[in-house]
Amino acid sequence: MHEALQPPSRNVLSSSFFSAAACALLALALAGCRERAAVAARASADAASPASDGDWPMVGKDYQNRRFSELGELTTKNVARLKVAWTFSTGIPKGHEGAPLIIGDTLYLVTPFPNRAYAFDLRNPGGPPKWIYEPQPSAAAQGVACCDVVNRGPAFWQGKLFFNTLDDYTVAVDTATGKEAWRTRLGDINQGESMTMAPLVVKGKVLVGNSGGEFGVRGWLAALDADSGKLLWRAYSTGPDADCLIGADFHPYYEQDRGRDLGIHSWPPEHWRQGGGTVWGFVSYDPALDLVYYGTANPGVWNPELRPGENKWTAGIFARRPDSGQAVWFYQWSPHDLYDHDGINEDVLVDLPIGGRTRQVLGHADRNGYFYLLDRTTGQVLSAKPFAPVNSSHGVNLETGRLIPAEEKMPRQGRVVRDVCPSAPGAKDWQPMAFSPQTGWFYIPHNNLCEDIEATDASYIAGTPYVGVNVRYHAGPGGNRGAFTAWDPVAGKPMWSVSETFPAWSGALATAGGLVFYGNMEGWFKALDARTGVVLWKFQTGSGVIGQPVSYRGPDGKQYVAVFSGVGGWAGSVVSGDLDTRDATAANGWGAVMKDLPGRTSKGGTLYVFALP
Amino acid sequence: MRMHLLALMSAALMIAPACKRESRDLRPTQAVSKTEGGVVLSTLFAGGVPGAITGTLKKDQENAYAMNEGKRLFAAYNCTGCHAHGGGGIGPALMDAKWIYGSAPENIYATILEGRPNGMPSFRGKIPDFQVAQLVAYVRSMSGLTGGFWAPGRDDSMQVKPAESTMTTQQPVRAQGAPAP
Repeated sequence: MHEALQPPSRNVLSSSFFSAAACALLALALAGCRERAAVAARASADAASPASDGDWPMVGKDYQNRRFSELGELTTKNVARLKVAWTFSTGIPKGHEGAPLIIGDTLYLVTPFPNRAYAFDLRNPGGPPKWIYEPQPSAAAQGVACCDVVNRGPAFWQGKLFFNTLDDYTVAVDTATGKEAWRTRLGDINQGESMTMAPLVVKGKVLVGNSGGEFGVRGWLAALDADSGKLLWRAYSTGPDADCLIGADFHPYYEQDRGRDLGIHSWPPEHWRQGGGTVWGFVSYDPALDLVYYGTANPGVWNPELRPGENKWTAGIFARRPDSGQAVWFYQWSPHDLYDHDGINEDVLVDLPIGGRTRQVLGHADRNGYFYLLDRTTGQVLSAKPFAPVNSSHGVNLETGRLIPAEEKMPRQGRVVRDVCPSAPGAKDWQPMAFSPQTGWFYIPHNNLCEDIEATDASYIAGTPYVGVNVRYHAGPGGNRGAFTAWDPVAGKPMWSVSETFPAWSGALATAGGLVFYGNMEGWFKALDARTGVVLWKFQTGSGVIGQPVSYRGPDGKQYVAVFSGVGGWAGSVVSGDLDTRDATAANGWGAVMKDLPGRTSKGGTLYVFALP
Repeated sequence: MRMHLLALMSAALMIAPACKRESRDLRPTQAVSKTEGGVVLSTLFAGGVPGAITGTLKKDQENAYAMNEGKRLFAAYNCTGCHAHGGGGIGPALMDAKWIYGSAPENIYATILEGRPNGMPSFRGKIPDFQVAQLVAYVRSMSGLTGGFWAPGRDDSMQVKPAESTMTTQQPVRAQGAPAP
């Protein structure tokens, strides 16, 4: 087994990122520069993962969450010849949002509920699994999974595979034997908690968070000892500073985030106990700064009139020390969130030339429709530009860091507010974007949806949904419900965009061969030219693709691309849950807008692996 | 004069069922369901088909007030959180013809009270018995099983689906020999 990734040298990372991004800017003028950028990018990745650049060791590929593969065998010239190498059916007809991991000669995957884990020997492609591990989660947990019974993948570290079960256990499996090493219970389905996110292992600590923002749970991120499963710390997203691990290290950039126990005082009395702020997205880590970054989800009860205040620390981002869990800074994307705009979307750590100097930034495409660049050392907002149609706000004030909500689009109790853009699933939901150091661009799978919303009464009954809105989505301007967009973060504008009939609900993958990959809900898995957006290859997988594509080098030295096919998730539950689309509010708003999906795809659950013949 | 009497009598005849339509049981019995010998969860019966249900649970199947109350409670008890307004979400759709655990009033009554293994929570001890019966009547109206005469005709909130009273009966698939729901 390979060891964990070595932390990259900070200098190498910064300088190579700078030259890569700078070259990307100059690439139009200087043809030769492109090659140097690629070389520099490769050098930086080698530093990040010296012995394992053919592996895909964590769901986001690296700690920066770039989803960029250094492998260059597949190119814009030959990708048209891509063929299926082998497949594996999970036998589970639910949403497959996961990513397989590839470490050495083994591919690992975790299925949606009932969360079975498999290991495959890549020296025998298409052969039977080396082992199968069944955690046997409680069937009742399906009743507290807001958005289909998905699982977003495992993590790997020093001979163990870690993943979360829907019924709130983190389990560790010995990768040599497939036997359970430990399991730790972290939540309670009777409080509406579930777990769906992919853990991240940092310095021997397994970082995991909960789901259940639609059930009035209290969100948290926890660190478990990778060897024993012992709980080392847990940082809540609401409540007293002591629970939120906010102490002497905490120095938020903006004034509104300073003060004692804001996790209590920015709520109506006691409401923080049902305050949400769950942690179900991807975690990233900067080894040089020794900071982990993650987003917090929507505040508990969607109806915003029931929770006056800024509702800290929901719909924002924390930077924390992995050793102690102590918060270092926080920024709130959507103070007093009005629309279920979880702040959990992935934070991709890159260094970019901004204002004449290299800045250590993180890129984040939020549900609220803005593409943010934050200084990842301080939490300062450097830019926030809309990447999809937005009418629910008037931008972000760069002085105060505040989102400026549009008065006329605020949800009101007993009144239907129409055509609010973006809708609850946001301009982009969980679907993780990729970053290519070759182009310096982000590749964003996203939505183009607006909504009609009516706030209603809500009852808090533990273990049942706590929402308090009637909502129905419709296609945004242009009529397409999704898009795949290449985004230049420095210029703050799209470079190209491919329209999709349905929301682009899969992850994105960028590779060194100048390619980007993603799948759509109709089942097409596609390869595009990263510079132009021209579709160079596509394959019909039989069921909608909402998984995270990955790329690896097999034991035979060839480059492979792997992705789950299996429609579902929140957007696809119309199909995976056999919903009745005559009700526009089915699946909390997806009924009418997805009424044609059942005619375009059907349930599935298959891992596809592609390679050149 | 005779004409007038005739008109009055026919008017009275028309009003009579309308009164019953919204009649209220102000003192519902403790045992609302009266499902003798327990609740049956199968449509396959050893030794023949049992008798029909009695009590409030049955009466509410033909009562507009019960169904409207059921509709209000369906949101108040967070049923909408999982089943939306009948289209489903976390839980299955309730306005279609598919029934995992049975469409008869006593089946739905049991589902609400006992819960079901794949995620339906048990509301035993949380919802008063007579309100469960009202919820049962409303749930059945969502797919037209109670007939449009009794079913709610409009929403108090955003109209997001066809009114229950306009639903043609979505006939559930029944095992041979099972009683009509």
